[in-house]
Amino acid sequence: MAFTGTKQYVASDDLMNTVNIAVTLQKPLLVKGEPGTGKTMLAQAVAEALGKQLIIWNVKSTTKAQDGLYVYDVVQRLYDSQFGNHGVDEIARYIKLGKLGEAFRSEEQVVLLIDEIDKADLEFPNDLLWELDQMEFYIPETQETVRARQRPIVIITSNAEKELPDAFLRRCVFHYIEFPDQAQMEQIIHVHFGDLEERLIRQALAAFYWLRQLPDIEKKPSTSELVDWLRALAAGGVDPDRIVREIPFAGVLLKKDKDLRTLAQSGR
Amino acid sequence: MFAAFFYLLRSRGLEISLNEWITLLEGMEKGLHRSTLTGFYHLCRAVVVKSEAEYDRFDQVFLEFFQGVPWKGDLPDELLDWLNHPAENLRADIEALRGRGFPDETLEELLKLLEKRLQEQTEEHNGGSYWVGTQGRSAFGNSGWHPGGIRIGGQSRSRTAVTVAEERKFRDFRKDNTLDIRQFQTAFRMLRQLSVQADGTEKVLDLEGTVQDTCGNAGTLQVRYKNPRKNTVKVLLLMDSGGSMEYYAGLCSMLFQAATKSNHFKELHTYYFHNCIYDQLHETPRLLDEGVPTEWLFRNYDASYKVIIVGDAAMSPYELRGRHYNWRQGDYGPSGLEWLERLRKQYPYLIWLNPEPMPARLDFWSQTHYQLGELFHMYALSAEGLERGMRRLMVRR
Repeated sequence: MAFTGTKQYVASDDLMNTVNIAVTLQKPLLVKGEPGTGKTMLAQAVAEALGKQLIIWNVKSTTKAQDGLYVYDVVQRLYDSQFGNHGVDEIARYIKLGKLGEAFRSEEQVVLLIDEIDKADLEFPNDLLWELDQMEFYIPETQETVRARQRPIVIITSNAEKELPDAFLRRCVFHYIEFPDQAQMEQIIHVHFGDLEERLIRQALAAFYWLRQLPDIEKKPSTSELVDWLRALAAGGVDPDRIVREIPFAGVLLKKDKDLRTLAQSGR
Repeated sequence: MFAAFFYLLRSRGLEISLNEWITLLEGMEKGLHRSTLTGFYHLCRAVVVKSEAEYDRFDQVFLEFFQGVPWKGDLPDELLDWLNHPAENLRADIEALRGRGFPDETLEELLKLLEKRLQEQTEEHNGGSYWVGTQGRSAFGNSGWHPGGIRIGGQSRSRTAVTVAEERKFRDFRKDNTLDIRQFQTAFRMLRQLSVQADGTEKVLDLEGTVQDTCGNAGTLQVRYKNPRKNTVKVLLLMDSGGSMEYYAGLCSMLFQAATKSNHFKELHTYYFHNCIYDQLHETPRLLDEGVPTEWLFRNYDASYKVIIVGDAAMSPYELRGRHYNWRQGDYGPSGLEWLERLRKQYPYLIWLNPEPMPARLDFWSQTHYQLGELFHMYALSAEGLERGMRRLMVRR
């Protein structure tokens, strides 16, 4: 049951290794990398390759650790009690499990993606230490312990907006997704476009990597932007020779005015 | 041998805990290193290194440790010997460590224990240590390298772990380069101490608590208040200005901007000095203003202030040690060193940020740098140094 990438997802040897290490050691896998290198896609690919259900917990700046465990909807219960609905005595009806709780409750082993954990408050990862370690939590309202039936495979992504606490890091397996090199990128392109003209791909890739190495570019274009760009080039029927002279649809690759000006000055 | 690698990693500044090391051993027991050195490299890096900024450091240590090992052809007899007779039962080791629970507080103690065991073993197994170089000490549970099962040479893939490490492609991620203002700001953000203001006269409405309590109270309004949480950190920034600091003007102004923009400090006061601190501090970097007496500073800012001194600590030794001539009063006052020592005594939370790296060789101008480095907690003015400094400022030691 080893992860070897999927048809849609090209993973480097390094990455495949690390995924398998994390799965075998039953540790959360922390993935970092430039935006657009497929951190979120990884969890989908792992779930697909191993034939497991994927549960996604999108973390936002307001997310609290508690949200992932459960929410006790006390307001709903009050409403119900005022209208005399039956079942109000049953507190369990008003306990709504969060994503983590859902993953624990699942009969089958699932893949749990905690996406962009660094968006939340500094304390957030620390608040999850016990739950991720022991794979259980306690609900005082119903005096019930939710314990993982099957330890989920946990994949956590971070954009490094905030430092993660050491205690949290110590419990994770870490991998940094490097930006793919040209050979790997060609592989990725072929996965997305089966039938694109070979010459167009080569010219576009050359232009793309040339652009990335320009020192003054602030926001370097990423894989997902390259894919969009190729789609635009193909749809516009652009002649590959034209890419050698100029960069058509540069706005797809570069999102900042300043970067577009830099490109104009660089003489291509 | 593995323990030696562990200590080498630690001594090169990778903060690895025993927990992580045990995870690594467990991984090896499960065969995750696939009996190859490349596999071991990946496993070790995934478990032990927690930031891309540390990848490069890890690569370097890995190189240092494993460079002497021959890759192709026969393994040296010592290595084979050692692999065939694992020094200890790995499982038992892990269990023993588990049993102790190894909380962080006792980490040092545990390390000592490990070290002791290590020494005992060096006596028993004294073979197989020369080829790992000067750091090598062959011992401690390692049967994870399956006896005889190791394939260091002749791997299916062409790149061995050492060539991977040799590429050092993560060099750019290193944190000890001086970097941009955003990184400074991120570092400053670490400097916070949210505390519930017990003395606060104004309480704020605890909305969530109110809703919970009201509903629990069958709908009868039950208002709850709480004390607001505020950052209580007060900062005193003392910056060296002029002279040799001109080279670092850009860097210092970046630091200053980052500090002033981090508007979450309860208080931030900035003063300037030239080369060394004497009886007078200035309020502008040009040092042309009246200034305030250092005594006044001591009286008005108590020990709860966190002090950051920024300066290259490069001066003529007499500027530091000689008695300081006071032009206004026309007599000699205490030396710079005495002032600095008073400063250190008054403020338990005090760090020195130095834009200039500690010189490798002692020369005339760096004598004072060296001396002050002994006296203060001195950090490089880089993203990493600042971060470490901020951590130091948060604890009283």
